[in-house]
Order: sequence, then C-alpha cells, then structure tokens
Amino acid sequence: MTDAFIFDAVRTPRGRGKPDGSLHEVAPVELAATPLRALARRNNLDTSLVDDVILGCVDAIKDEAGIGRWSVLAAGYHERVPATVINRYCGSGLEAVNLVAAKVMANQIDLGIGGGVEHMSRNPMGASGFAPATDPLLAADFFFVPQGVSADLIATRHGYSRGQLDGFAVESQRRAKQAWDRGYFTQSVVPVVDRNGLIILDRDEHLRPESTVESLGKLEPAFAKVARLAGFDRVVLHRYPEVERLEYFHHAGNSSGIVDGAAMVLIGNADAGTRIARKPRARIRGFAACGQDPTIMLTAPAEGCRLALRRAGLAVADVDLWEINEAFASVALYFMQELELTADRVNVNGGAIAMGHPLGATGAIILGTLLDELERRDQRIGVATLCVAGGMAVATVIERV
Amino acid sequence: MATHVTVEIAPDGIATLLWNSPGRTPNVFNDESIADFRAAIEAAIADPAVKGVVISSAKTDFIVGADLTMLMAARRLTKAQFFERVRALQQLFRSIETGGKPVVAALNGTAVGGGFELAMACHARVAADHPALRVGLPEVSLGLLPGAGGTQRMPRLIGAREALGLITQGKTIGARKALELGLVSEVVAPEAVLERARELVRTLEPVQPWDRKGFRPPGGEVHSPAGAEVFVGTNAMITRETWGHYLAPRLAAYAVYHGLQLPIDQGCKVEARGFTELVYHPLSQNMIRTLFFSMGEAKRLKSRPKNVPAAGYTRVGVLGAGLMGHGIAHASAINGIDVVLLDTDMAGAQQGKERVGRILADAVKKGRMTETAARTALDRVIPTAAFEDLADCQLIVEAVFEKRELKNDVTRKAEAVIGPDVILGTNTSTLPISGLAEASNRPEQFIGLHFFSPVEKMQLVEVILGARTSEATLARSLDFVKAIGKTPVVVRDGRGFFTSRVFGTYVIEGSAMLAEGVAPALIDNAGRLAGMPMGPLTVADMVNIDLSYKIREQAKADLGDKYVAHPADEVIEFMVRQGRFGQKTKAGFFDYPEGGEKRLWAGLAQRFPVRPAQPSLAEIKNRLLHIQAIETLRCLEEGIVARPQDADVGSILAWGFCPFYGGIASYIDYVGPKRLLEECDELANRFGERFRPPTLLRQMAAEGRLLYPEAA
Repeated sequence: MTDAFIFDAVRTPRGRGKPDGSLHEVAPVELAATPLRALARRNNLDTSLVDDVILGCVDAIKDEAGIGRWSVLAAGYHERVPATVINRYCGSGLEAVNLVAAKVMANQIDLGIGGGVEHMSRNPMGASGFAPATDPLLAADFFFVPQGVSADLIATRHGYSRGQLDGFAVESQRRAKQAWDRGYFTQSVVPVVDRNGLIILDRDEHLRPESTVESLGKLEPAFAKVARLAGFDRVVLHRYPEVERLEYFHHAGNSSGIVDGAAMVLIGNADAGTRIARKPRARIRGFAACGQDPTIMLTAPAEGCRLALRRAGLAVADVDLWEINEAFASVALYFMQELELTADRVNVNGGAIAMGHPLGATGAIILGTLLDELERRDQRIGVATLCVAGGMAVATVIERV
Repeated sequence: MATHVTVEIAPDGIATLLWNSPGRTPNVFNDESIADFRAAIEAAIADPAVKGVVISSAKTDFIVGADLTMLMAARRLTKAQFFERVRALQQLFRSIETGGKPVVAALNGTAVGGGFELAMACHARVAADHPALRVGLPEVSLGLLPGAGGTQRMPRLIGAREALGLITQGKTIGARKALELGLVSEVVAPEAVLERARELVRTLEPVQPWDRKGFRPPGGEVHSPAGAEVFVGTNAMITRETWGHYLAPRLAAYAVYHGLQLPIDQGCKVEARGFTELVYHPLSQNMIRTLFFSMGEAKRLKSRPKNVPAAGYTRVGVLGAGLMGHGIAHASAINGIDVVLLDTDMAGAQQGKERVGRILADAVKKGRMTETAARTALDRVIPTAAFEDLADCQLIVEAVFEKRELKNDVTRKAEAVIGPDVILGTNTSTLPISGLAEASNRPEQFIGLHFFSPVEKMQLVEVILGARTSEATLARSLDFVKAIGKTPVVVRDGRGFFTSRVFGTYVIEGSAMLAEGVAPALIDNAGRLAGMPMGPLTVADMVNIDLSYKIREQAKADLGDKYVAHPADEVIEFMVRQGRFGQKTKAGFFDYPEGGEKRLWAGLAQRFPVRPAQPSLAEIKNRLLHIQAIETLRCLEEGIVARPQDADVGSILAWGFCPFYGGIASYIDYVGPKRLLEECDELANRFGERFRPPTLLRQMAAEGRLLYPEAA
C-alpha cells in the first residue's frame, strides 16, 4: 500500500454563524476558496498536479450545492482539477481527508485535497432536510431525539455534573484564548478577504474567554423544554430503560458554537511530494468510521479511534495528542472516560465549545490543529475524531515524519 | 332491489344523492353501498341535465365509515387485490372532485371515517349545527388509517399540524370546531342544511384548492422550517403517547408526510399501501375484534340470558357513601335513576351526595353537561341513614368497606326492608361472593358487582356469579349495568375474581424483581414499554402496598399450608415495616415531594441492591406480560372467565392491559401457545412455579389450538 502524507493544512477563521457574523456576507464558494488559495500560494503549488478535491459539506444546498468544483475554480486552480462534495454529517471534513488518503493509498491519485466547508449562517443545521427527524417511520423506528438530548442522556447515564461539564467548557475557552494569544494558530489560519484585499475576518470570533463556571452556571439548560414538551425524554427510554429520568445539563455555553468556516488538507504520495517540492509533515497511519446506537448518537468516537488505531497497528498508549470534536461537553468527557485519557493530552488548544463547529469543515480543522501542535511539541502520534449524527464516528491517526 | 343511494334531480338541475341504506343500520361503506353510490354519482356527473350534486343522508347520521365486518372479510383477497380495491375507491372520490361539476356534502349528521373522507372529496361541506354531530377520522383508534384519501385531503384543507393532531389521535370534533378549523365550509341550522347545500352548489366552482395552480398547503411545505417542526414534534408525540406500540398513527403520519410532498394521486397511493398493511396486520385485527366487536357485544349484553324479561330501573339503593358508593350513585343518577344513598349517619350520606355534586359541577364546567341536567341528576340522590328508606328500591348495591362482618351486617339490615325479588349486588374486589352470600336470606338474588375507581371514569363492571346466583338475577343485574351506562363482563367466583387476580400478578411480579436486584427504574419503565398504562412499582404505590400486604395475609390465613410463598413477599413486608404504604402516605417505592415529580426512594437500593448485571428489557417485558397470560389461562381453565372475549374486554377496561394486542387473551394467541409454553416453562424453571403453564396451554400448544379458533 502506498503511504499517504499530509503536506499542509490551512483553515479560515470561524465566524459567528448568525446574521451578525462577520462571514455571513461572504459567498460560500469564497469561504471554501480561501483555504484552497492559501494552500496553492504558500506551497507554490502547480494546481494542475492536484488529481482530486473532496469537500465535506453537510447542508450542501443553495450556494453550497456542488460547491467543490466551483470553489476549486474560484480559487484559481487549473480547470483539470475535479471535485466532489460528501456528507458524513459532522465528520465530513475528516471523512474527506480519509477518502483522499484512501485514493492515494490505493494508487488511484498522487495528490489531492480533502477538507470541508459549512456556511451555517446561510444554511443552518438541517437546512437540507433531516429525514430521521421528520419522516414518521424513520423517527419512530430509530427513536430520534435532538443531539442536545443525546448529550444530556450521556451526562445522565454517566453521572456527569453540571459543574464538571461547565468546567470543561471554561477550560476549552481558556485553552483556545491562550493558543491564540501565544500565536499557535497564526500559521494555519488564513484571513478571509474581499476582492480588494480588505480583511473581512482574521480571528475566530466565537470565543468567550470571560466565561466562568459561575457565569455558565446561570444559563438554563437548552434542551429541557423541548425534551419534555415533545416527549423526547420518553423516547430515550426505549433504548435506555434503566434511566429513571433524563437530567438536563447542556446549554449554549457548554455546547459547540454555530459558526461559518472552511479548511483544507493537502495530501499525496511521496512522488507527488517530490514533484511539488514539499516535505511531508505527517503520514496518515490509519482511519476508520463506525456506527452505534443512533439515539444516544454521540458515543461512537472511542470505538472509532480504537478501530483506526488497530488499522495503524498502534495502541491508545502510543498516542501523544488527541483531538475530539467538542460537540457537547459530555461527548468529550465520555470519550476521555472510555479511553482513560487525561485532560492534558486532549484538545490542548481548546475546541469547538470555544471556537465553533462549522459542521462539514471541523474534521479538517481539528486535524490541522493536531498536526500544528504535534510539531510545536515535537511529538509524534496524534488522533483526531468526531462524533457523527446517526450514532456514527470518524477517526484518523497521523504520525509526524 | 333496495338501493343504498336514492337520486332526485330537481328542475334546476341540482341532483340530490341521498344515502339511505336499507334497514335500521346507519349508512356505512360496504361493497353494495359503494357500488350504488358509484352508479349514482357517475350517472349524475355524466348527465348533461345535472348542473351540480348534493350528497346527504336520510338517516340521523351522514355516513359513519366502513363496514368493519366486510373490511375484515376482505382480507381473504390477496394484498394486491385489496390494494386495487382501495385504489378504486380513492379514484372514485378523486373523480368527484375532478368531474367538472360542483359537489357539496350536506352533513345532516355525523360523518366519520370514510363518511368524512367522502365529504372532503366534495367541493364544499355544509354541516348541521347540532351538538351530536361529529366529524373526523377515528380510524387509528381501531389500528387502521383513513384509506380513502383522508390523510391527503385533511392536511391540504387545514394544514399538517391540525390534521396530524386529529388523524394520529383519531379525534372527532363537533361542527363548530370543524368550521373554525376549516374542515367544513358552513354550519347552518339542521333543517336548513339541504337547502343551503343546494344553494351553494349553484355558485360553486368545481375545483379543489389542491387542483389549482400554485397550491401550497396551509402551514407551509413539509420541508419548510415550520413544516419540519410540525413533523419532528408529531413524531416524538406519537412515541410519547403510544410508547411505540401502535403502527397505525405512524403509518398515517407517514402518508401525510410523504403525501404532502407529492401530487394528491401519488399521495393516495402511499396512503393505500399503509392502509393495506394495517388491514392485514394481526394486531389491527385483534384491536378491531376486541375494541369494536367484543366491546360492542358486551355493551349490548350479548351474553345475557335470553329467557328473562328485561328489567327497567327507576330507583336503586347504594349502601355506603364512600369512594365507591358515591360513584355508583352518580352513575345511576345521571342515567335517570333515583338513588337512595345510605351511610352510617346522615352526615356521611350527605358528604357522599356532595361528592356526586362535585363530579356533576366538574362536568358542567367542562361543557359536558348542562346545569339543568346536573341539578336534575343531583336531585335524584337521596341521602339517608335509615334502612327503611330502601324499601322501594329495585336493586341494592352494597359498597361498604371490605370487611366481611360489616358487609354481612348491612346485607341483613337491607334485606329486612327490601322487597322479596330485589337483587343485592355487592361491590367487592377481594371477598368471594359465595361466602358473602351466606349472610343473605336470598343467595340466588345475591351477586357481585365489582366497580372500579374512579367509578365516573371507569367503564367496566365485573359481574360475579356466586355459587347460587340465579340466571334471572344475572340478567336483571346486567340490565342495571347497562342502564347506568357501564359495560359488564361476567365472571365466576374465586379469589380476586378475574380482574384483580390477573392484574395482581403484574404488580407483584414487579416487586419480586426488586428482590432479585433488578434496577427499579428498569422494572417500572419496562412495564410502560411492555404496553401497560403504568409501571408495576408506580401502580403498587397507587393501589397501596399495605393493601397488597393485607390481601396476601388474608390469603395466607385462608389457605394455610397451601399458601405458596412469593418472592415479592419479603419486599412487601419490608415496605410495610418501613411504613411506606404508597401514594396515600406519600412514601412507597417512590418519594412524592410536595409540588414535584415522584422519584424512586433511595432506601430501596440499600435494602435491595441493584445487581451489576441486569436482565434485558425484553426479558423483563416478557415476564411482566407472560405472568398475566398464565394467570388468565388458569382463569379460563377454572371457568372463572368463560370466553376469551370476556378476558380481552375485562383486561382492557379494568387495568388497561395493552389495547394494541386486543387484550390479554388476544396476547396469548399473538405470542402463540407454543412459544408461550416454552418461554413460561423456562421462566418457571428460573423464577418459580408461578410461571408454570396450566394444562390448558399445554393442550393448546400440542393441538396447535388458539383461544380464538376462527383467527387461525
């Protein structure tokens, strides 16, 4: 099997995914083109050598429909570069990386780009439809509940306290601010600019570093009302009948932020590296996707990581750094509990609770963040993973070379 | 040959199609009536002299839906043939709205099910302003869905949100509510309905809203944010309300969901596929059998001895004005029967009457009763402390505390003053009737009338035959039950009779699991997930644990050496020792914090620690339902209950046993004797002889026989 290497990874800053967010005015295709342009520019890339581009995008409708090819062209890539859009929900960005790596490994391409984009202020979550929630048979047969209810269910089952969850969120904010302040992100975050070159956004704008456990403690749980009103608290009992009652913990402050953003990862074989005259930064050692119960939905990352590590011939103990997408605080706590990880090796520069989760892009973002930090610490092995709607997970193991 | 639909064409070209099925039956859809209607409507639409059509009925009701006997018989067809029949009716209705002539439904009376589906296929609906008129699509309450376009037209008329609320819960509504929602076009005085419909048809453009260009369903498209919210909410609501046990509301919502994304003809196909699936579904068949046929037969006293003249009641006596007594008095009074309500003193009797007054006032407040009717009913209740006042009563219901001596005492005192042919019915849930009858000087006129609490809400009366109860007494008692609007099930005497005996096994099995270290939340949720209206621990608290204790102590005393210890005994004894009797002491298996929701009592886990390895949900559900099945089979074997229909009706009305199975006897057939036998033998080996199946089940399994042979 051919080795797949990462040559570079870049991302846009994440803009608040609301009508007052800085990136709301930016065309989705420009959002995706920004990191593509940066990749080409900073690597002095002959774009005609790029064999394929795969972008993750969950709600790929309206101006994000078929966005791959058009963002490639808008970024000024050679017209021979094809592209496609995939959807493994929140894991799409990492899945795109894995698929490009798989093509390289299978000798079907030499050089490719995997990444993702989500313009959530334009196409909010669910904008392209979500049949498992709306279709009466699917919803009933698979006991659909909103993700926030799933997150609360995890916390209920494992006895996480509100303080623990809020504490995790505050630490995410602290770490993210520290990473920004110390410049850990500057080499990989490329500003979004207009056609005049005027900067539209050059920093993640979702952070709330002033958060404290006390200030978060004042927020009302966000999913209690809908769970009780619609009866999702009862739906979960079908799968978890040992739960006496669902407790509610999650709110905007300990859940991932809704943001706009894009990220791209340049991947290829050794020959391609020679041809573009770039040294590989890391090798993709293994990856996996898996599925578990769709109702609790958010628990599969631990299993996904185990599978990916098995493919890589590695053990949990071999991993220096971890990135788990902070969809909700309980997801990260459960993940650490399952794999018996200490907090000092997980999301060391914060995560989506602080900086936001542009669904289709996040996988590529956290993989880049992981690689940067491995280099900064001069460590070797890292794993990135995300929980995925429908009870799935995706995971990737990288090793610096 | 008699026709179901008469046609009259007025000189102005307005044809009136009048549904008037031969005989005294209401108008229903069956092969004949549909054929007649088809011929009439197709002729009217084809006739150049006809300018418009009014469809109405010559009966009290408009049309009340499909003939269920015929529908069930139609299952002899292949599914493909049946589907085509459904499609044919859908297409006939479609041809009404696309035929180019205005058609108006004149709803002189109730139009439900297929009747209202036909009305919605007309270009307008005029409804009579009559309190008895109901419209709606109640199909899901019998495990079906509206199969003649109802799931398509109703949401197109009033939007998905309102339509789903009505369709998935099978709700019917009155004319004014229907007007408010837009389900009918106009509501007019009953006598003006036909005339107004004829007037309307002259000016009406014969095009349905959904056949106009650019039609958007009210409330938005399915995939709009508002539309999606409706379905997400409805889906969760269906699971919340039905605990996932009913397929019909889901398939109905499915037809609405996809139908609204399709042209109506395609939507009708989705509906027809769902309807076909449900008609052939064994559980729909069970529901229809029990909830429609058996329940109807029980209400109409099908098993009443025929040779006894019907008894009418104008005055009855109720002994004891407490919890049950005042309820029985209320049921009698609102059905036009004077009630002498007797208690130990006048104050007690007066209190009972006041409680009747409160129920009546509540009904008035909720608009279910007029103030006049309530006052008349209350005036019928005559409180007294004097036995002599019972002298003119035609029947006595004794409803004093469950103490043998007390019951015997009032029986003797009543019999001293009442007429020689007066029946004495005793309301007891535990004491054997034959024993109580020993205190009577007329045991052949002594019978058990077991009412359920709260009487004003519970429909069932378990009628218990003592060893010497006569046929005439049974017949006249059944007449009384019917006269007060209740539904009787006749059983024979024995400890706990039928309902308390079988229901008790469910409650106590849940308690037994605690002793085994099963997580209490799992036990209680499993009861709901199995289809019971309450978890076994919740219900134990509700009926009071000390009552279970007393019943078991009584059984121990009565049976002596023959008493079989139950693993729940130690749980019940522990709870009673702790003084945790249940809801009435605000402490049982649950704590009942003031103003808050109940929570499992923490002390439970200390006394009965939760085992690390828990049984599967499926196993617990099986245990909770199978134990009831086994006890029912014992009752059938012992002749406590004679027919599976009685067991089914009794189980649903008395303790809410899984209506989706069609009741406890239908559950036995649904599981199948062979599987039930194997599983119960295994449960007996693991958990005790209480699961050991009786000979009846072994025979059924060996012979491949079901309780309902015709269903085989």
